[in-house]
Amino acid sequence: MERLRRTMMFVPGANPAMLRDAVLYGADSVMFDLEDAVSLKEKDTARVLVYSALKTFDYSSVETVVRVNALDAGGKQDIEAMVLGGINVIRLPKTETAQDIIDVDAVITAVEAKYDIPAGTTHMMAAIESAEGVLNAREIAKASDRMIGIALGAEDYVTSQKTRRYPDGAELSFARNYILHSARAAGIAAIDTVYSDVDNEEGLRHETELIKQLGFDGKSVINPRQIPVINGIYAPTVKEVQKAQEVMAGIREAEAKGSGVIAVNGQMVDKPIVERAERVLALAKATNMEVD
Amino acid sequence: MVENKLKREIPAKYADQYGVYDGEFAHIDSYQAATKTIKPIKPNESKLLGSIHEAIVKTGLKDGMTISFHHHFREGDFVMNMVLAEIAKMGIKNLSIAPSSIANVHAPLIDHIKNGVVTNITSSGLRDKVGAAISSGIMANPVVIRSHGGRARAIASGDIHIDVAFLGAPSSDEYGNINGTKGKATCGSLGYAMVDAKYADQVVAITDSLMPYPNTPISIPQTDVDYVVQVDAIGDPDGIAKGATRFTKNPKELLIAEYAAKVITASSYFKNGFSFQTGSGGAALAVSRFLRQTMIDEDVKASFALGGITNAMVEMQKEGLVDKLIDVQDFDHPSAISLAENADHYEIDANMYASPLSKGAVINQLDIAILSALEVDTDFNVNVITGSDGVLRGASGGHSDTSAACKLSMVIAPVVRGRIPTIVDAVTTVVTPGSSVDVVVTELGIAINPARQDLVEMFKDLKVPQLTIDDLKDKAYAITGVPEKIEYGDQTVALIEYRDGSLIDVVKNV
Repeated sequence: MERLRRTMMFVPGANPAMLRDAVLYGADSVMFDLEDAVSLKEKDTARVLVYSALKTFDYSSVETVVRVNALDAGGKQDIEAMVLGGINVIRLPKTETAQDIIDVDAVITAVEAKYDIPAGTTHMMAAIESAEGVLNAREIAKASDRMIGIALGAEDYVTSQKTRRYPDGAELSFARNYILHSARAAGIAAIDTVYSDVDNEEGLRHETELIKQLGFDGKSVINPRQIPVINGIYAPTVKEVQKAQEVMAGIREAEAKGSGVIAVNGQMVDKPIVERAERVLALAKATNMEVD
Repeated sequence: MVENKLKREIPAKYADQYGVYDGEFAHIDSYQAATKTIKPIKPNESKLLGSIHEAIVKTGLKDGMTISFHHHFREGDFVMNMVLAEIAKMGIKNLSIAPSSIANVHAPLIDHIKNGVVTNITSSGLRDKVGAAISSGIMANPVVIRSHGGRARAIASGDIHIDVAFLGAPSSDEYGNINGTKGKATCGSLGYAMVDAKYADQVVAITDSLMPYPNTPISIPQTDVDYVVQVDAIGDPDGIAKGATRFTKNPKELLIAEYAAKVITASSYFKNGFSFQTGSGGAALAVSRFLRQTMIDEDVKASFALGGITNAMVEMQKEGLVDKLIDVQDFDHPSAISLAENADHYEIDANMYASPLSKGAVINQLDIAILSALEVDTDFNVNVITGSDGVLRGASGGHSDTSAACKLSMVIAPVVRGRIPTIVDAVTTVVTPGSSVDVVVTELGIAINPARQDLVEMFKDLKVPQLTIDDLKDKAYAITGVPEKIEYGDQTVALIEYRDGSLIDVVKNV
């Protein structure tokens, strides 16, 4: 079963208290930021802090992700420290081509070899933040076996498109759909961009409903207060959970009988229905719903 | 040295004088209430005086007497500094002062101590500069820290005998009818001052808003007031509203508040007619916000909210979620206004609020209290008076009173503040005994006092992480390391009275 990534919370790398508290708020993934959230003169500080945090605090309840700097701007040192610290996922910002991923993969591979870490332990994801990146999303998503997801970074993207963010999100329509298709074609996760107006809960709700409908795994978040809103929207209804439980019970029954064809409540159950049911139950469990 | 029930060492001299803590209700005995001397006022006599100087002369204040003040103006108080400055100028020495609390604004007190004007202090709290000075050992006699209920008890029983109370009066008429809801420096309830007025030999009302006679509503009546002095200003409204806190956006405070609200609403006390006290502070206010939503969702109404009233409670009362507000002090301006305008918002004195030796305090009727803490230890003892460095910087307040009397006492605090653990092996100073504390609520989850097995059972299905207090301490120490022991001197700088007057702890100089 693929892990849930409803919420991926940005945590500024140079803020020790926030590094300590990152696990508290129910995010599925926490993303330590060594890039834009850290000023140039604090880059080394942040790298050391996040490394120490990974070694000191218990992050076992979340997926740890780090947004590293570009390879020619401290990214190599970032990757070495993070891989050594035991990070789950290296996230590359402003990814334009598959070659960007291949280059980062090579650095990770070298670090894993250097420290006797089993090859492939460290996963990768890419943020796509430009027209070039969007159009190459398909190749980016498939550029490395380490890839677990691609994410849209909308602020840079809309600027490159000579527009800005609008409430209805029409300006992101193509990028969202293309990134989503690329992710699905590669069998990896698709993460939507942040919603930066933290006090606008209604706007966040609207945008999350939209991206959930499209099929995104979840969103990046910049404030813990956004997490319950997003998780709430991803939470299945009681009816959906009941239906999923019936499907799974039907499967177990059919397996017990050795029957190939399964029907639940008179409806044929095939592979996509089973997969949907599994995801519904995983989401239900993650939102503390009662699941048998 | 005498060890009290909590194994805290009390120097023999003070143990003999005060007795030592021996359990929450060990010293609740019948007693003869204190009396006072009354100088009757004849017809045609005026109480109005021209200056504080004249009031000090008229009261006959002299060396060695006890004077008192109230702390309803918090950081906006001008009265204590004005009166002590005049007393110092007049050369009066060796006074005992009994303010209901001491704020940062009272830093001039340090000089009065050094100059021998003030030689004894009793108070609920001591803030930064004054606290640090006293912790350094500038006083020969230790400060006596009393809870709000404990102070009312001490006054009513005669442990504190006030010769002259200098009471800041937001509004008064020339004959001494006082309230806190009119005038320039409105503070709302005068609950702490009311006790002083009732028991002091002489009362001087100091006001900047002289009203036509009779000034109603009457919180402190003319029959308790000897003199009225008009001055330019008694307080700064901004400082008075210092208790006001905006709803927090701090995610950690919100998380703690959410957990606390879940505990409350999952408890058997949460039903129509329940009562609560939340206090001030970001997380406490946020608790009322979460609580409010569940009260609406589940159609549960409270019979009263007690405090320490904040605008959050006032709003809930206006919405019909709370029947009555029972008010010993107001933390913000809207609450002060509500006291004036709203018949279901009722002013009480500190004796009625929390005294353990009254004929039943309101806290005895209270279901749920939300309290804060500087430190909580693995025996659930709480420190709200000293920092982890041993320096006096907090206030006893109503902490030990409320937690002893209410049905469900909850202490809310983060596990770690900055690099300092809040949950520790042993608190620096005990103010509230662990037997009074039922649930500790932190950002990592809750710890239920094992002495309350009924609560363990009640909350067994509660969807909030549950840990032991030792787990919480371990998690705190995992981040901060084990705190180093504080190096104290030999001088006792403060005595921590339990609400019944016995000593629960002492503070040494650092």
